[in-house]
Amino acid sequence: MSTATVENLPEVVAPEPFWTRQRRLGLALILIGGLAAVLFGSLAPGEDARFTLSEDSEGAALSIDGQFGAILFGLLAAAAGGVLFAGLAKRWSNALLSAGILAFVLSFLCWQVAGEFMPLVDTTDGTLQLALPLILGALAGVLGERSGVVNVAIEGQFLMGAFGGALIGTMAGSVWAGLISAAIGGVIIAAILAVLSIRYLVDQTVVGMVLNLFALGITGFLYERLMQPDAQTYNQPPQMPEWRIPGLADIPVIGPVLFEANLLVWIALALVVLIHFGLSRTRWGLRTRAVGEHPTAADTVGIRVRGLRYLNVLLGGVVAGIGGAYFTLVATGSFTKNMTAGAGFIALAALIFGRFTPVGAFGAALFFGFAQKLATYLGAIESPVPSQFLNMLPYLATLIAVAGLVGRVRAPAADGLPYVKG
Amino acid sequence: MANDHIDITVEPGEVHALLGENGAGKSTLMNQLYGLLQPDEGQIVVNDEPRVFKSPRDAISAGIGMVHQHFMLVPVFTVAENIALGAEEVRGGPLGWLDRRRSRQDVIETSRKYGLPVDPDALVEDLPVGAQQRVEIVKALTREVDLLILDEPTAVLTPQETEELLAVMRSLTAMGKSIVFITHKLKEVKAIADRITVVRRGKIVGTASPDTSEDELAALMVGRAVSLEVQKTPAEPGRTVLKVTGLVADDDRGIRAVDGVDLEVRAGEVLGIAGVQGNGQTELVEAVMGLREVRAGTIRLEDDDLVGMSTKKVLRSGVGYIPEDRSHDGVVKEFSVAENLVLDMYDHAPYGNAFSIDLSRVGANAQERIEQFDIRCQSSSTPVGTLSGGNQQKVVVAREMSRPLRLFIASQPTRGVDVGSIEFIHSRIIHERDQGTAVLVVSSELDEVVGLADRIAVMYRGRILAIVSPDTPREEIGLLMAGITGDTPEGEK
Repeated sequence: MSTATVENLPEVVAPEPFWTRQRRLGLALILIGGLAAVLFGSLAPGEDARFTLSEDSEGAALSIDGQFGAILFGLLAAAAGGVLFAGLAKRWSNALLSAGILAFVLSFLCWQVAGEFMPLVDTTDGTLQLALPLILGALAGVLGERSGVVNVAIEGQFLMGAFGGALIGTMAGSVWAGLISAAIGGVIIAAILAVLSIRYLVDQTVVGMVLNLFALGITGFLYERLMQPDAQTYNQPPQMPEWRIPGLADIPVIGPVLFEANLLVWIALALVVLIHFGLSRTRWGLRTRAVGEHPTAADTVGIRVRGLRYLNVLLGGVVAGIGGAYFTLVATGSFTKNMTAGAGFIALAALIFGRFTPVGAFGAALFFGFAQKLATYLGAIESPVPSQFLNMLPYLATLIAVAGLVGRVRAPAADGLPYVKG
Repeated sequence: MANDHIDITVEPGEVHALLGENGAGKSTLMNQLYGLLQPDEGQIVVNDEPRVFKSPRDAISAGIGMVHQHFMLVPVFTVAENIALGAEEVRGGPLGWLDRRRSRQDVIETSRKYGLPVDPDALVEDLPVGAQQRVEIVKALTREVDLLILDEPTAVLTPQETEELLAVMRSLTAMGKSIVFITHKLKEVKAIADRITVVRRGKIVGTASPDTSEDELAALMVGRAVSLEVQKTPAEPGRTVLKVTGLVADDDRGIRAVDGVDLEVRAGEVLGIAGVQGNGQTELVEAVMGLREVRAGTIRLEDDDLVGMSTKKVLRSGVGYIPEDRSHDGVVKEFSVAENLVLDMYDHAPYGNAFSIDLSRVGANAQERIEQFDIRCQSSSTPVGTLSGGNQQKVVVAREMSRPLRLFIASQPTRGVDVGSIEFIHSRIIHERDQGTAVLVVSSELDEVVGLADRIAVMYRGRILAIVSPDTPREEIGLLMAGITGDTPEGEK
């Protein structure tokens, strides 16, 4: 047999262009690291920046001279960029990138905190709490989009979840009834999204946007007509209790954040792990990914494409609805009109920034949560840096990610495309 | 109606060829057999048992497998994942935890058993087409099918890969599997089939044995006698019209696709470019047409420099162009026949100016072209999308041949076109050549290139490996298409 075919010949590889992803990122890090060292270093007063373990300025603390720290971490960021640029450690490029960004953030903090103090527990806890709805919202997005259904209605699912949680929670006098109702609220939006986009092939982005407006309208209306006149009966839901795991809760910083927490923290963390392994290691996950990448191929091996998409979108509704519960059952004690204020869109940003993976979305949500927490902190210490800059960060980061500067974000191939047989 | 009361029987251990033109209803028939479409009437009987297939799952469980013309593989999955999909090995009961080791093992076993080498851990998107096809076959075989449907399996293969596929088919039938082989290629049918059923316009028009001659088979398939040979006189090449030197261009992913191409096309000759799809032909043509950035090299149309020229200017400087993807680049499907016929000149005299279009001129032009190019349509205001592939292509040909031309570029001019229209389009291309136009034909169908060309350039991995005469033995051209030049290949002793 003539086996000397194409495959046995040496592969012709296009010469690698000079400006690889590593080089671009490396250069960017060198520049921002250098800028941090010079700018933050010169602006920072030569006083100690204290990161305290307790809630006030007393007690044990990590402390560093502000000016020295700003310069040191700026240079470290630049150094990470240098290694990346030189291509010395290609396998570690993601770790280097993270380390570089972390060093940049630390440099910034040294400048800001110099002469002040930053309570570590409060910052970490605040980051996680602010990230909670983002994590759940982004996971809801992962479930839908990996099966090929674009979900921009996370905001609407949040609102319905928050509203349902507050209303039923108050009426039943039970936070658990509230949590279940929140999930149902999310599923209602998800069901409309699913039927319109899977069954009736309507453009998924358009349906999603309309659903956001619908959720805003209906919860706003019911809030004004039902909740406002009689808040006691309809809008004073019981709050999610905090549980403490003895022993583990005594670990410094992490203990009080993770093991003295409300149930939502554990649900969110468990879901990240569950969805990560579910997608990569189970039959459901393999089929979900197949349906999101190449639905016709899935159909020809006997997988019910539409059924699986319905399942995933509805599961996403449950997750996003629980995310909505955060707003009324954890963060504040009542529902107010448009109280989610765009968090659903930040969750969507986290989903994209996290490259449609559960772990990536989790990391992105934490990052965005940290940015929000930092914004309030800077406001509190009356920093010259306007907190609005930090609130802008999630969107800016997502723009950079979508523009492909941090490596291409590749959505599932059939994302947003309805499946029609034949 | 795509299928009209078709009866077909497949015996164990035979290759049953289903021969018919594009659009004759072969794929529709097989999609019903595979459960993707449901028949309105009629019955499927497997091993004396009537069956109803509501989905491919039912067909698979009845022992029927299918390799589709467009592979049904998830590009970002590994070979093992693709093969396991839908019939996954799992542990842990309802959790459905994937047993990857066993899936891998299954692939290796089937691959050994049938002599079809596949790497279970390779990503499908990294594999060449021939290997992807083997994955598809292994995928069907792991499901223990008795009947394998191959839908146009050779369309994307080199002549050598085709030979290998035919060998695989022979060994499968020797093991008792039955094969339905869907194709429109007469040579392959004759080489492999035990029985031949010919389909035309959704009906069975005859059965034949493999020793029926190609001309007879073609006549059955088309419904009248056709000439398979392109009728032409020897070329009388004149001055050089197109001169390409050192051309370099990248594909959509930024990977080098055209890697230093030199070629010349002279007035009054047809230069054919042969090669397996994806070896840079598309990018070469697009670079010439101004549709793709030129990284290096020159393209000259007589005294004009085409590099950096907009496509509109290229067209108006006397270049006619049949794009390879008709429905994306050749016609606007929602527009009428008349509108499609002036897509190139709608803002130009005599059809219009910068502000308006003279509809009566456009209509008159359409009438004239419809007659001249034998375009079968209800009227000139019919949307082009409702026409058959062949007639759509005739609209493109008619439009592109209506300008004064120096160079005519035809990329896959007869893809998805019926035999009747193929004859017509070929004769128009030769007619254009005889008018003194330089013609460049790109086709992945070797027969077409050999039939039309006066000289053949074989393209492989972005380079022209050789320029040969159309009288060169096919085997030799086939080897060139696979990158084998007769010299020792690089890296081998």
